[in-house]
Amino acid sequence: MKNNRRTFIKLAGIAAAGLAVAPKAMASGSAAPVKTNPEAVHAEHWAMVIDTTKLHTEEEIAELAGICHSIHNVPNIEGKKEVKWLWADEYGHTFPEQENPHLSEEVHHRSFPLLCNHCENPPCVRVCPTKATYKRPDGIVAMDYHRCIGCRYCMAGCPYGSRSFNWGEPRLHMDLAKLNPEFPTRMRGVVEKCNFCVERLAVGKMPACVEASHGAIVFGDLSDPDSDVRKVLREKFTIRRKPTAGTEPSVYYII
Amino acid sequence: MKMQNGFAIIAGLIIFIGMITAPFAVGTMTKEYKQPELKMPVGEKECIESKEFMRTEHMQLLNDWRDWALRDGKRVYTNHAGKEFVISLQNTCMKCHNNKADFCDKCHTDAGVSPYCWDCHIQPEGLK
Ligand code: SF4
Ligand code: SF4
Ligand code: SF4
Repeated sequence: MKNNRRTFIKLAGIAAAGLAVAPKAMASGSAAPVKTNPEAVHAEHWAMVIDTTKLHTEEEIAELAGICHSIHNVPNIEGKKEVKWLWADEYGHTFPEQENPHLSEEVHHRSFPLLCNHCENPPCVRVCPTKATYKRPDGIVAMDYHRCIGCRYCMAGCPYGSRSFNWGEPRLHMDLAKLNPEFPTRMRGVVEKCNFCVERLAVGKMPACVEASHGAIVFGDLSDPDSDVRKVLREKFTIRRKPTAGTEPSVYYII
Repeated sequence: MKMQNGFAIIAGLIIFIGMITAPFAVGTMTKEYKQPELKMPVGEKECIESKEFMRTEHMQLLNDWRDWALRDGKRVYTNHAGKEFVISLQNTCMKCHNNKADFCDKCHTDAGVSPYCWDCHIQPEGLK
């Protein structure tokens, strides 16, 4: 007989059926010390300011999305099953509560870069039954794909459409020769979204879209009055998406 | 005293005992279990913890690593000898064990387990 251990396990199953008891021995974890990477950049509250006077064409935004999607192995799917971390939309969809019939033509015709707002009060976290979506102490709303059960409550909870569900096998929609081998892909049945590039912050880098934006996106610590984000917020008029939702987005737009 | 339904009881008992002892009976009839032969990384002698620990606890360790890195944002692990490692399955473990087929799969296939790590993490051989 081949593969004895397997056979043994199968037969042990029969034996267990006779006994109907399965003793479970749980190994306890080790208490080895862990710490943050010394190069990592820290903040009490990460936030982003996007200057839409500098960054507002569909091509420019598509370029940033391309970079974000390629480093994060985001599948490229057309149509309703689209998966997106960074994308563009028009004024009316971006700021539906801040529309008026006589808005400047120019502003009305801009494209706006959209991503997860890393809300201070995120409904997606509140509704996630498994805590696969959680808020880190530094304000980043992160996802642990290992725990996501694909219930999509978070998608229903997010007022900004910032989340995408992998309806099919994401790897079928990627150029396998051009994967980023440093970052995992996702699997079927799991929700995904922008992660504020936590994996880059952890090694001291700025988010990829910030780096590629030629200064149109500022990223930094909202709780530090001397930070770059606070500086631009002081100097420029900014709005956030859907203020009545009460989610307190950490992404601000200079109009 | 005469046993009621004696035949059924005895037959039932024999079947029951047969089921319970089946693994041992068949186990001794088949040949002995042999550990699979793994291809160890060239140039690296020590894993992040002892071989014995890794053999039995790597799943628990990976579970802890995941939580430390993702939840606590702590991505540097100091082992029992004081050596530091970046917490990452794909970028630390698989840089030494640079062939999933020759290392991970050997035991996993043998033990009949198929961990779904590779549904997301990219094996060093690349995706086919
Ligand atoms: S934008 Fe949506 S997904 Fe992102 S934190 Fe806010 S509610 Fe959650
Ligand atoms: S789909 Fe995943 S992340 Fe979203 S609510 Fe369900 S378990 Fe949480
Ligand atoms: S912060 Fe990072 S993950 Fe989020 S949109 Fe920008 S590049 Fe993508």
